[in-house]
Amino acid sequence: MRFLSDCKADASADLVYRACPMHLLEPAEFLRDLQTGQVLEVITDYDGALEDIPAWCVKHGQEFVGICEDEDEDHYKLYIKKVH
Amino acid sequence: MKRIYLDQAAAAPVRPEVLEAMLPYFQERFGNPAAVYDLGTQVKDILEEQRGRVAALIGARSNNIIFTSCGAEANNLAIKGAALAHLKKGRHLVVSAIEHHSVLNSARFLEKFHDFEVTFLPVNRYGQVEPERLRKALTPATVLVSIQHASNEIGTVQHIAELAACCREQGVIFHTDAVATAGSIPIEVQEMGVDLLTLSGPPLGAAKGTGALYFRPQLRLVPQIHSGIQENGRRGGTENVPGIVGLGVVAELAKAELAERARHLKSLREHLVGGVKDRIPAVIYTGHPEERLPGHASFCFEGLEGEALIFLLSGQGIYANTGSACASKALKVSPTLCAIGLSPEVAQGSIVFTFSRDNLEEEVDDVLSELSQAVERLRSFSPVWRKRMAAASGG
Repeated sequence: MRFLSDCKADASADLVYRACPMHLLEPAEFLRDLQTGQVLEVITDYDGALEDIPAWCVKHGQEFVGICEDEDEDHYKLYIKKVH
Repeated sequence: MKRIYLDQAAAAPVRPEVLEAMLPYFQERFGNPAAVYDLGTQVKDILEEQRGRVAALIGARSNNIIFTSCGAEANNLAIKGAALAHLKKGRHLVVSAIEHHSVLNSARFLEKFHDFEVTFLPVNRYGQVEPERLRKALTPATVLVSIQHASNEIGTVQHIAELAACCREQGVIFHTDAVATAGSIPIEVQEMGVDLLTLSGPPLGAAKGTGALYFRPQLRLVPQIHSGIQENGRRGGTENVPGIVGLGVVAELAKAELAERARHLKSLREHLVGGVKDRIPAVIYTGHPEERLPGHASFCFEGLEGEALIFLLSGQGIYANTGSACASKALKVSPTLCAIGLSPEVAQGSIVFTFSRDNLEEEVDDVLSELSQAVERLRSFSPVWRKRMAAASGG
């Protein structure tokens, strides 16, 4: 897992408290509206997303950039760069 | 015997055009909207169309509507869902003293099981929450405020935009239960400034088992029914497709008919209120005289029990209620009527009439005639009334 210190994104998908598998469905919707090279931030409280999202990126040919930890919050921020 | 139904707030017949729209979704178009094949995706498209219709009724965007099984579920999701999603802000809730049980008991649940503190806000004699009182009740730990748009018991409409503004100033989430008002008076969620709004299908003429919650974009909610992707992961369980189709149709009809319907209902209401005041002594018209639901008239008749009055009227084919449908069987004095300052003796004589677009002025005339006879009859053997009369005549 790659931890990021500089977390910047072009769009954000807030999936906190949304039931599994929304963390795999909604990012695809958001990526559709982004340009190649732009980055999507996925905010989730679902632990399984730490494995699922990198795996989803491999399967769908998108680039998993890494994860940002926010110690004040009980959720994760994962970053995906649109490849195609 | 002719039936005159004046309990629209408790239940209403499903409108014929609504039933017709629903029927194909019981048999021909039965697919699960979550399924990936065409039988499912076609139904999913229809579901989304209805979401748009419901959203249009309240000036919202369709992706900010969650379908629920009723207004009570929407209230539960709004209060518990928003409060639990924002625990970091604090554990204090404010609800008015005259909310529906689904609001009051959701707040009590959070108090009992999640260490929340709940402030039950008093109302004035018309049943309205005064903004200054709300402002004073807010603390840095206040997460959410819930104040109904209008009362089903006394008909009073609240100044929601003003109350929501008090909350917005303090970064507090504001929910309103609009079960009594959706489709009855105009609702624009943006203008009202609400974060959450509950509506229900049956009072509009949709089937029982339908409701919806509006949520402000980006507002987090903890689901209260846990499952999968239904309602975009915010409310589990396969959607009630026929019911939702009916809700969508009725929402569109309600929006188109709103002004005309309100005019008709208000005219019936004024006819009833005027007749009651002319014919029956010792009666209190509860709620606000002007700022109230167009099709709602509520009274307390001194010296009798509302239950007995309802019973006598139903014997003549006239159906009304003693309060909210949920409270009327509780056999105790309504908290709403106590909150507006009525004594338990007076509050016991409560009766509520809620009209529909199908009611006629002639029906109101019949009601007035039967009502005055029933009141007179009940008072004739009421010791409370005899005592009151004796006191009035100095005896």
